[in-house]
Amino acid sequence: MTSFWNEGDPIVDEAAPDGPIETRWDRRKFAAKLVNPANRRKLSVIVVGTGLAGGSAAATLAEAGYKVRSYCYQDSPRRAHSIAAQGGINAAKNYRNDGDSIYRLFYDTVKGGDFRARESNVYRLAQVSVNIIDQCVAQGVPFAREYGGLLDNRSFGGTQVSRTFYARGQTGQQLLLGAYQAMERQIGLGNIEMNARHEMLELIIVDGKARGIVVRDMITGEISTDLADAVVLASGGYGNVFFLSTNAKGCNVTATWRAHRKGALFANPCYTQIHPTCIPESGTHQSKLTLMSESLRNDGRVWVPRGQGDNRPASNIPEEERDYYLERIYPSFGNLVPRDIASRAAKNVCDEGRGVGPGGLGVYLDFADAISRLGRAAVEAKYGNLFEMYQRITGEDPYETPMRIYPAVHYTMGGLWVDYDLQSTIPGLFVVGEANFSDHGANRLGASALMQGLADGYFVLPHTLANYLASGPYEKISEDHAEVVAARQQVEERITKLLSINGDRTVDSFHRELGHIMWEYCGMERTEEGLTKAIDLIRALRDEFWTRVKVPGTGEQLNQNLEKAGRVADFLELGELMCIDALHRAESAGGHFRAESQTPDGEALRHDDEYSYVGAWEFGGTGQAPTLHKEQLDFEYVHPSTRSYK
Amino acid sequence: MDIQVRVWRQSGPDDKGRMVTYDVKDISPDASFLEMLDVLNEKLILDGDDPIAFDHDCREGICGMCGMMINGIAHGPERATTTCQLHMRHFKDGDVIDVEPWRAAPFPVIKDLVVNRGAFDKIIAAGGYITAPTGTAPEAHATPVPKPDADAAFEAATCIGCGACVAACPNGSSMLFTAAKVAHLGLMPQGQPERDTRVINMLETQDDLGFGGCTNMGECTSVCPKGIPLNLIGRLNSDYRKALRKR
Repeated sequence: MTSFWNEGDPIVDEAAPDGPIETRWDRRKFAAKLVNPANRRKLSVIVVGTGLAGGSAAATLAEAGYKVRSYCYQDSPRRAHSIAAQGGINAAKNYRNDGDSIYRLFYDTVKGGDFRARESNVYRLAQVSVNIIDQCVAQGVPFAREYGGLLDNRSFGGTQVSRTFYARGQTGQQLLLGAYQAMERQIGLGNIEMNARHEMLELIIVDGKARGIVVRDMITGEISTDLADAVVLASGGYGNVFFLSTNAKGCNVTATWRAHRKGALFANPCYTQIHPTCIPESGTHQSKLTLMSESLRNDGRVWVPRGQGDNRPASNIPEEERDYYLERIYPSFGNLVPRDIASRAAKNVCDEGRGVGPGGLGVYLDFADAISRLGRAAVEAKYGNLFEMYQRITGEDPYETPMRIYPAVHYTMGGLWVDYDLQSTIPGLFVVGEANFSDHGANRLGASALMQGLADGYFVLPHTLANYLASGPYEKISEDHAEVVAARQQVEERITKLLSINGDRTVDSFHRELGHIMWEYCGMERTEEGLTKAIDLIRALRDEFWTRVKVPGTGEQLNQNLEKAGRVADFLELGELMCIDALHRAESAGGHFRAESQTPDGEALRHDDEYSYVGAWEFGGTGQAPTLHKEQLDFEYVHPSTRSYK
Repeated sequence: MDIQVRVWRQSGPDDKGRMVTYDVKDISPDASFLEMLDVLNEKLILDGDDPIAFDHDCREGICGMCGMMINGIAHGPERATTTCQLHMRHFKDGDVIDVEPWRAAPFPVIKDLVVNRGAFDKIIAAGGYITAPTGTAPEAHATPVPKPDADAAFEAATCIGCGACVAACPNGSSMLFTAAKVAHLGLMPQGQPERDTRVINMLETQDDLGFGGCTNMGECTSVCPKGIPLNLIGRLNSDYRKALRKR
């Protein structure tokens, strides 16, 4: 089986200080070199992506005085997919006086990540979480408040304290608008050059350092290069490899995958989060899945009928014939178990033939008890917009009949490998937010993605990037440098190739087929046999793509199919690496469940003696074996234990 | 269900453009409007035709990227709904549906149904923010905000910047968009120091960008997918007058 990959040398995070964890970040900041304010305006930074991580990074770097050039594929930086995050953002403020602390948030996150995250990073995340709330409030983010005027909190999956700050069901929108507005202020001041509707298609490396990117103007099709002192990738996750996911349609892996092909290691690609509360598929036309915030599990109760194939309407099934399976199996966490556990439990009851709705692929999320306990008005105040969204999509009224939900791909914990400074294995290439792998281990807790994106962009990167820039100056590069010309030519040749195949299958048909393979064999449950099969299927599909895809139009115009074709071509390579990573990790951890590695009662079984490491992959060539570099994870503070939510 | 769509086709900014009719067969009532266009596009590609360009991204009604005139109504016949959240169950078998881009001078057509809404970003850059550089923030609980103010600010802040208000307005005015941001920030204590300069700069910028004046028709709020209320424009005008008096 080792023919699928090669073993390489171990990799070490050399940027993280050792010593007491409470002071590591302070000591790292103090050791980091500074750039004189007068020199900052001479240094330029490219930021790819304008979500919470990229937007906050761009604004903060520009406020500090650097010349920032930002890129996004949407028509405005305000549209990045962070905007769709619903539930909230965690912070260890302990405003509820319920025993929360930085240490507890750290502990919950390491445990929630199934002991596959780096302690130093997670502790820092918990530390800066409190600054994020202060920053966002100062920007005017309209968080939910109590009658006394102070901030409200709610609880979220995987924790027993209330530390989640929220703005109804639109927290991501409000936080992103805060970052976007800070960015727009800097754009107005001339400190950020914003390039919307531009897509990064290649990374430029000169003398081993990241020095620029090749971009395509999505309106004119013009290919150009941008050269800078450092490059920051904030391009999000790769959940769209599954075709159907809760990601926006445009979300893609191209920026990080191009960097991977150029030498950046890709860590833990198999760690994908399947979110338990999404609206089930309705037919073959389905183009994406819609998430219903996990916060709904605070008041909704999850159940299926006790008997198989029971297709009576929910209201006709008496209480004693209902199985509130999360409350039954996990009495102490109940409906608030972490996402990976809730998702797999839903899959199990559906596999038993007890699922509800079309195809039996759904479970109920029932608010009847909450409505009778709190009243309809209180439920509406908390979840009104989510209920409306559900009704709009399904045509069913969740105040009257229980919601039907099913798991869907939502977030990817894996991403480009970065050290404590958020620098990839390519000097000068920094990676922030979902695009990196750093903080969530094998499973992310709810309301932690917004926290990580903003932590990276507002509070971590500005210090560590300054350290890198202060280590310069780096020589000026001209547009006709051989490496720059070569990167640009690679992009042009690839576009020419995609347009010239003129086959008989659409880009979407390939993407859907890839998605089916990934969902079937690299989804909620994975096996050696299935993954091996998936690798063969993906390789064959990729060959077929490059001989049969039909991309209409030309490169010199707005061409949405050409954009998609390039992204799907990269997904067809990433999918293979995900399967190889999942195959090599013969244990179950967080979002990665290997059927061969489970306890007698069906829970995930880790193998800490063999797999307590980050799997960082080096690109070996398309269809060639990648090389595995292991970063050993040491747990000095939170000792690995069996994650139990019973 | 089988329907016909008559879609605005325009190959680029310089093309005159025209309506073209397409048959779309066997569409599920559970499909979204954009999924119906996906199905049509797949067929067009295989037939060797140019697929219809349209903007979209999150497809869950929050990013504000999608938007088209459907039978002459911005985002179509359902109230408080973005195009991506409009489902075919709201149409009947045999319907003929007209689909056109936003029509407003500051939103020039790029291709087919895709327009350039960069003018909205310029209005925000002119003052739609609170100056709070990273690291300068005081403790979050230092300034309590009365819940009614926070809730009202939130309602105004739910604007997704889709541009339907401009497309629906006979004057092509962006007043509802600007008013929503002015209200969101003006209702928060943190937004007070820049309240006057904000409203003046944002209004002057929107005028410079070629948006029309507001004559209180209310078309904007009736198509707004987030239901931003018309009275925010009154609030904006009041803020503007107060700011001018102080100037």
